[in-house]
Amino acid sequence: MPKLTINGIPVEVERGTSVLEAAQFLGIPVPTLCHEDGLKPYGACRLCVVEVGTPPRTKLQSACTLAADDGLVIHTHSARVERARRLLLELYVATCPQSKTIQDLASRYGVREVRFSPKSEDCIQCGKCVRICAEQMMAGAIGFAYRGARRKVMSPFRQQSETCRHCGACMYICPVCELRCHGPQAESTLCSGCINFAPACLAYHDDAMCFLDPCAACELPGPFRKDVAPRPVAASLSPADPSGTRK
Amino acid sequence: MRASSTLIATLSDLRRAAARGRKTLLPKQPKILVGMATCGLATGAEEVFAALREEVERLALPYTVAATGCIGWCCQEPLVDVQWPGKPRVTYGRMDARKARELVRGLDKGELKAEWAIGLLSAYDNPLTGARTRLARKTAGVDGVPRYQDVPLFRHQVRWAMRNSGIIDPRSLDEYIARGGYFAARQTLAAMQPAEVIEQVTLSGLRGRGGAGFPTGKKWEVMRRQAATPKYIICNGDEGDPGAYMNRTLLESDPHAVLEGMIIGAYAMGAAEGILYIREEYPLAVTRMREAIAQAEAAGLLGDNIFGSGFNCHLRVVEGAGAFVCGEETALIASVEGRVGEPRQRPPFPAQRGLWGKPTCINNVETWADVPLIVMRGGDWYAQLGTPSSKGTKTFCLVGAVKNSALVEVPIGITLRRVVEEIGGGVPDGRKFKAIQTGGPSGGCIPESLLDLEVDYESLTRAGAIMGSGGMIVMDDSNCMVDIAKYFLGFLQDESCGKCFSCREGLQRMHEIVARISEGNGREEDLELLEDLAWMVRETSLCGLGQTAPNPVLTTLRYFRDEYLAHVREKRCPAKVCKQLITYRIEPTLCDGCDACVHVCSSEAILGEKKHAHSIDNAKCIKCGACVEVCVPKAVVVE
Repeated sequence: MPKLTINGIPVEVERGTSVLEAAQFLGIPVPTLCHEDGLKPYGACRLCVVEVGTPPRTKLQSACTLAADDGLVIHTHSARVERARRLLLELYVATCPQSKTIQDLASRYGVREVRFSPKSEDCIQCGKCVRICAEQMMAGAIGFAYRGARRKVMSPFRQQSETCRHCGACMYICPVCELRCHGPQAESTLCSGCINFAPACLAYHDDAMCFLDPCAACELPGPFRKDVAPRPVAASLSPADPSGTRK
Repeated sequence: MRASSTLIATLSDLRRAAARGRKTLLPKQPKILVGMATCGLATGAEEVFAALREEVERLALPYTVAATGCIGWCCQEPLVDVQWPGKPRVTYGRMDARKARELVRGLDKGELKAEWAIGLLSAYDNPLTGARTRLARKTAGVDGVPRYQDVPLFRHQVRWAMRNSGIIDPRSLDEYIARGGYFAARQTLAAMQPAEVIEQVTLSGLRGRGGAGFPTGKKWEVMRRQAATPKYIICNGDEGDPGAYMNRTLLESDPHAVLEGMIIGAYAMGAAEGILYIREEYPLAVTRMREAIAQAEAAGLLGDNIFGSGFNCHLRVVEGAGAFVCGEETALIASVEGRVGEPRQRPPFPAQRGLWGKPTCINNVETWADVPLIVMRGGDWYAQLGTPSSKGTKTFCLVGAVKNSALVEVPIGITLRRVVEEIGGGVPDGRKFKAIQTGGPSGGCIPESLLDLEVDYESLTRAGAIMGSGGMIVMDDSNCMVDIAKYFLGFLQDESCGKCFSCREGLQRMHEIVARISEGNGREEDLELLEDLAWMVRETSLCGLGQTAPNPVLTTLRYFRDEYLAHVREKRCPAKVCKQLITYRIEPTLCDGCDACVHVCSSEAILGEKKHAHSIDNAKCIKCGACVEVCVPKAVVVE
C-alpha cells in the first residue's frame, strides 16, 4: 500500500487511490468542480491542483488524476496552490457569474474582485454530464464537439440522440445547474429546478443546456408552462380519495 | 517505385544492395538532380524536372535525371544539381523550365553555366561511416562559384540527421544502403544486446528532438523495464509549428533513416509494432513513408525475422487529422486509438501506460533518424558535439527576416548570433534585427541582447523560450511585439483542445487583453493582469501546450515592455503595425500622381487626379498597406 505525506501528515492508502481521495480521507477539503465519485478522473477544472514534491523541485498537478504513490510529498494549500486557485476562481466567476457553486467557492477563497470582463456562459465544460451519461448510464448520448474556444457539449449533430433515455442524469450532476433556475416568471414562484432535477423549458430558454427533448419536466403542468393548460391530474396519481371510494 | 525485390537477409546481401546503390548514386555518366521535396515542388520543381527529362531525351544524351530530397537551401528553390564525373557537384538555384532546358543544352556542349551556379560540392561526407567520397577538387568551368564549405549558409552546418537529404533519391532503398544505411540495424540485431543499445544511446546524451528534451536513453530504459506486453513505439511526425518543416523534409528526403532508427529502437525496447504518426497536411511525407515501408518489407528489412535474427518489427503510418495538439504525446495516442485528440494528465507516462494501455515510446522524427548514427559510431562519438547537458546536432528552420531562409543542421551550443548573422546572412533590406522566436508558437522571443546565447535546452528555457522542435523566426524592426504576441495567442487559443479550463479560458482572456492593448484600449494594470494570467496558465494547465503557451507573452513582456507601454500610455505602435494606432498619409511633395495606389486600393480611399498629388480619406482607409507596396517614390507614409 502506497505511503505518502499530505501537508506533513503521513497517510497510507490502497493502491489505485488518487491523491484527491487520500486528502479527502484525511478530511482536507480540496476544491473541485469536475470530480465525482464513480466517474473516471478527468482533470479539466484544475481547481484541485496541489503542489507535488519537495522544494526547490515542485510542480502543480491535479490531485484527482494523480495516483497516490510511495514517497509522494503533497501540499494541498501552499501559497503557490492558493494563488493559482484564486486566479482560477476569478476566471471562473468571470466566465459563469451566475453560478452559485462558483460564487461560493470564490468567496471561500477570498476572491473579492474580478478583473476580467464578465461572460455569461452556462457551461464550464467539466465533462461530468458527458461522463455520467457514458460511464454510469451506459448511453453516451452526449459528447464534446469542436475544439478550443468553440468546444461545447452537445448531442450528435445537434440531433436528439437515439441512445438518450431522458434519465436526467446530466442535469442532476451539473455543478453549475443553478443557471437553469433563472426560469420562473413570477417573482413569487419557486422553481426548485435543482431539487427536482427539472430542467427549464427549452421553449423559454433556447440555449439552456438541456439535452432532454421532449423534456420530462416541461411536459408536466406547472408554473413554467403558461402556454399549456394544467392537465387534470390522472386519477391513479391523485392523492387518496378522501371519500375512500374507488371510481 | 524502384523497390528491389531481392531479399536482404545477410551482410553480403546488404553489400550487394550497396553496390547497386552506388551505381545510381555516382553513375559513370553525368547525373542531374532535382530537389523534389515539398519545398521544391511548391516552387515548380516538377516542371523543371519534366523540362530536364524532355531536353535530355530530345538530345538523346546519356544523362540521368533523378529526384532527390531537400538540401535545405530554401531561399534558392527550385534547386538543380549537376554531378559530372571528375568535377565537383554544381548546385543551381531558382531554376525554371527555360533555364533547365538551356542548362542541358549547355552541358551537351560541355558548359556548366557558372553564372547560375550557387555552390560547388567537392565531396560527399558520410557521418554514418566516417567516409568521405571525393568528387573532384578542380573547378574548371565553374571558377568563382563558392564551394559549399565557403558558403556561409553551409560553413557552420554539421549534417548528421540530414546526412542523406539532397544526396540520395528518397525512393531508392539501394541508394540509402549505399550511404551506409541498414548496416546499423544489422549490427544491432546480429551482435548487440538490447541493454547495449540503450547504453550507447544513454552515452550519446541524445535528448528528445521534439522539443521537451527528455533524455532518450532514459526513456528507452524505462520502456525496457516494463513487464507489460506488447509494447509499442511511435514516431511523432505531427509537426505543426508555423514556419517549421524539419520533420517534413526529413521524412520526404530520407524516409529509411527514420525506419532504421525505429527498428533499432524496437529491438532495444522489446517492441514489435510501431506507428508513424504523420499529419495529413504532409501528403508527400505520408506517401514517401508508405513507399519506404513497402520497400523495406519487400526486402525483409521490416516484418518477421529481420536479418535472420528472429526479431519481428511491423511499422505502419497513421495520418493525423489536423489538430496541432495531437503532437502532444497523450493526445497523439488518443488520436491513434480513434478517440478525440485531447491530452490526459501525466503520469502515468506513455512509457508506463500508453497506446491501448500498453508501454509506448514516442520519439520525434529527428530523434529516430539520429539513432543509426549512435549505434554505428558509438555514443561517445555522438557526444563529441554539443554542450555539457545537450549533445549532438539539431535541425532548425531559419525563416522570417533573414537573407537566407533555410533548413539547417547545426551543432548544439552554437550561438544564436552565428545562426542569424552568419548562416542566415543577417536581416535584409537594411533593417534592424529585433528578436528571434524559437520553439514555435509556444516558444519565446529572444532580443538582440541575448544573441550570444548558446542554443541548448537549458539556456533557451532560462531565457524564457524553448528549444521546441526547431522553428526559428527572425523578426526585424518592422514587427510589433504586441502584434506578435497577439498572433501566437490567437493561434494557440484556436489550437488548444479546450479540455482544461486554464488553457481554454486563460488563453482566450490573454488574447482579449493583448488585443485590447493593440487597439489602444489597454490600461496599465493590464500588464500585471497578463502576467498573473500567464503564470496561472503555465502552472495549472494539463498538458505541454498550455504549460508553454504563455511564453510568447511572457518573453515579449520581459524584453519589450516599453513597446507594450507605448501602446498603453501613448496609444502609439512604435513599429507601426497595429492598425487602430496608425494612419496612412500621402506626402504631397513626394507623390508624382502615378495613380498606382488608386488602382490597388480596395476601399476607394485614395483621392486625387492623375499627375497631381493624391491624398487618403482616413474614414474609408482600411489600412491594408497595399498603397505602400506599390508606391515607387515612397510617398505613402505611415504614422
